[in-house]
Amino acid sequence: MKKSDTKSIRELESLGRKLVADIDKGKNPTIEFSLRSLSNIIFDEKTRTLALGDKQQQRTFFNVGHAKKFLQTLEIAKVSKTLLDVEKHASLRDVFYMAKRTIPSSNINIVDEQAESDNAIEDLELITNCSREQLNINANKMGSVAGNVVIEDSGDTINWAKLGSGGWSIPSNVEEIEFKGVKAKYVIYMEKQAVWERLHEDKFWEKQNCLIVTSQGQTTRGIRRILQRLNDEHKLPIYVLADFDPWGFYIYSVLKFGSINLAHMSGTMTLQNARFLGITADDAVNYDLKKHFIKFKDVDSTRLKQIADYDWFKKNKDWQRQFKMMKDFGAKLEIQALSSKGITFISDKYLPEKIKKGEFLD
Amino acid sequence: MAKQELAETKETPIAYELAKRQKEISVSEFFTKNRHLLGFDNKRKALLMTVKEAVDNSLDACEEAKVLPEVNVEIIQMAEFKYKVIVEDNGPGIIKKQIPNIFAKLLYGSKFHTLKQARGQQGIGISAAVLYAQLTTGKPVKITSRISKKEPALYYELNIDTQNNKPVIAKEETIEWAKEHGTKVEVDLEAEFIKGVQSVDEYLKQTAVINPHVTIIYTNPKSEQVIYARATDKLPDEPKEVKPHPYGIELGMLIDKLRWTESRTLQSFLTSEFSRVGSGTAKEICEHAAVLPNTKPSLVSRDTAEKLLQGIQKTKIIAPPTDCLSPIGEELLEKGLRKEIKAEFYCGTTRPPAVYRGNPFILECGIAFGGEIPKDEKANILRFANRVPLLYQEGACSITRSIMETNWKPYGLQQSGDSIPLGQAVIVVHMASVWVPFTSESKEAIAHYPEIIKEIKLALQECGRMLGTYVRKKFKISEQIERANMFEKYIPEVADSLSSLTKEKKERILQGLQKMLVKPEIKKEIVEEDADDKLYKMEFLKKGQEQEKVIDDD
Repeated sequence: MKKSDTKSIRELESLGRKLVADIDKGKNPTIEFSLRSLSNIIFDEKTRTLALGDKQQQRTFFNVGHAKKFLQTLEIAKVSKTLLDVEKHASLRDVFYMAKRTIPSSNINIVDEQAESDNAIEDLELITNCSREQLNINANKMGSVAGNVVIEDSGDTINWAKLGSGGWSIPSNVEEIEFKGVKAKYVIYMEKQAVWERLHEDKFWEKQNCLIVTSQGQTTRGIRRILQRLNDEHKLPIYVLADFDPWGFYIYSVLKFGSINLAHMSGTMTLQNARFLGITADDAVNYDLKKHFIKFKDVDSTRLKQIADYDWFKKNKDWQRQFKMMKDFGAKLEIQALSSKGITFISDKYLPEKIKKGEFLD
Repeated sequence: MAKQELAETKETPIAYELAKRQKEISVSEFFTKNRHLLGFDNKRKALLMTVKEAVDNSLDACEEAKVLPEVNVEIIQMAEFKYKVIVEDNGPGIIKKQIPNIFAKLLYGSKFHTLKQARGQQGIGISAAVLYAQLTTGKPVKITSRISKKEPALYYELNIDTQNNKPVIAKEETIEWAKEHGTKVEVDLEAEFIKGVQSVDEYLKQTAVINPHVTIIYTNPKSEQVIYARATDKLPDEPKEVKPHPYGIELGMLIDKLRWTESRTLQSFLTSEFSRVGSGTAKEICEHAAVLPNTKPSLVSRDTAEKLLQGIQKTKIIAPPTDCLSPIGEELLEKGLRKEIKAEFYCGTTRPPAVYRGNPFILECGIAFGGEIPKDEKANILRFANRVPLLYQEGACSITRSIMETNWKPYGLQQSGDSIPLGQAVIVVHMASVWVPFTSESKEAIAHYPEIIKEIKLALQECGRMLGTYVRKKFKISEQIERANMFEKYIPEVADSLSSLTKEKKERILQGLQKMLVKPEIKKEIVEEDADDKLYKMEFLKKGQEQEKVIDDD
């Protein structure tokens, strides 16, 4: 058994013993942990990440409002303990089905939707101070990587440069991966699978000696963690390539500063050295992309305003300038708009130029 | 025109010839051809109407004689569509002279000319049934009646002479009868027996609900006997006879009254023929009408009568007396519901008297809810007028309309738009009046007077509020029970999880948690009790027990 597994089991057992002790004392069994809600999220200026405040919440069993969640939390703890005991991993969806059953002689299900079990899992991370992966629960794999890096995973040696057109798909738990040889000099993370495929086909990573990484939309935990490890352990700079729209900015924001949902894991999840490569408002002007603008809808304007108001962007003049320009354009732009200049324009001209000139936002 | 001149054949105009063909139509003949006007439209309805008219008469007679009514109803099938209806009561009986007229002469009765709350009004009912029977089977009605143990019982077989609206006595004799007093009517008619909403069964059951002082013993054609036992020994207060109130009078009636009165002056006419008119009010009316109070009534012209009517409307007159009304009362209404409908909640309300067109009336409403009343169906509406169930023409009745126009959602029933509410409820509405304005002579629907609709709605709202309070509290309690259940259900699950986390014995954790369930500070978590709730629970309990007692009585 791995060391981290014994730690997780220990944490789960101690949660159980604490509650049994409550019951033995005739005390309403109570779990106490950090409050995971917007009111307890703070932006730590020092670490420049989102973090949880000191507010605590109590979850007691004999409480009409808490009972169900209490039950769900313990059910998930039981599931996780079972997984750890038999040294197996389960997906979020698996865990949902393991917990989803009807309480005998009632019409109550322990969980009705996956959102409930997902929530209980996140709570359990806080309670046990173990990440989901440490509790042997994995998210779906949703990303690809290619480039000059050799790793060892579960006894297999894998060269990220030699995996054909699909690249290596990044698992949700990357803690046990060992880097054997890292020749790449930097990483480009992109929001869009299609753009990754473009760069991969053009062998961009070979020409530039870099890594190209993608996931679909929001960055999964596994990818965030592997990017962090590459940055921490091998000092590779991380560049983000996203659409020129509020949602693209938000992907960068989550990557760099953390998210509200995972504020309790900011330490292992944030990439403080990430840089925003594009698409920027200046790119739209310099590369003559204005004719490919997509007009703003109301939701876009609202989202832009929210993002511009984030603490971590508020005092950043460069970012505020971007926000203002986008607002003035009243429009957004997709990465793929670059293809209008030629199918390989992005790999031959745009990216090399940007990186050479060091044109990025921090 | 010239060629088309009237066939003035010889010496007499044609009109004389035509006049020979014109003659008086007897009432009986008229109804022979228009039986639907009296409710005898079809075989099924004919059976119901016959039972209804006979039972109504029996109950009116018993109450007038201050006897607790006990009515025996029997229906025997003679052939596929031939039935014999026997209705026997313990009423005062009928004197010899009256028997033929009551049963075999249409429009003969004591109630038409009086203003008094009674079931029958026009004196058509039972004789119409006899006429219908005679038309469909040719058999006479058989009457047995006895007025005292000192006198023998009389037995009659009667037919109606439809030409002259006169009784024809087919047989007349004195017989032995065990009953000291009472009347028995036996009619053979073409009919069809059915079950369900517009059946004799339903009519008798509803009669039992609205007349808790009545016992009905009913034997249906399958020889099954149902006994609707009385729930109270208290007879309803006898309604007093009243004179009409001036506000309700119409021109024609006023002219008639003026012609036939014995009063010498208009002033004394007004004071003696109407209620609530003293000499002061009478003078005021005359003043408003610009007529001298000492005018001779028989000399009042049509135009003056019209002025008089306007004078009446201009004069402030106290509302009519209400001792002519005999409502059932909240308590008995609830009792009646309780004994015939198995529900979990009952309430009743009696409105103060009100007036439409000078006629005093009282509206009463009762609601039974929950229990064995079917779920997810339209509320069952029971309509009554002067203690008589109304089974037909629900859609035309102002009771139905008022129920539909009332918003039932705040009272715990479902309702979409202006429709009959859905839910486990029986809604009873009773109108008691000296003159119930029916939409037709078959007395099936109450006419839409705004004053009446307003009162119905107010009565419904009063009961609705009581129902709403109950439904809300029931919901609250069931929620609390659910909560307690919830913890009981969760405990084994939590114990199981904790046991697998700690390897402690599940049983031990389970018992530990169950012990806590009864601790006061944890109980508080389950049941948020306030004083109001406690009171309610006691009532809830009491009602349950009472309900059981009633069932036992049955």
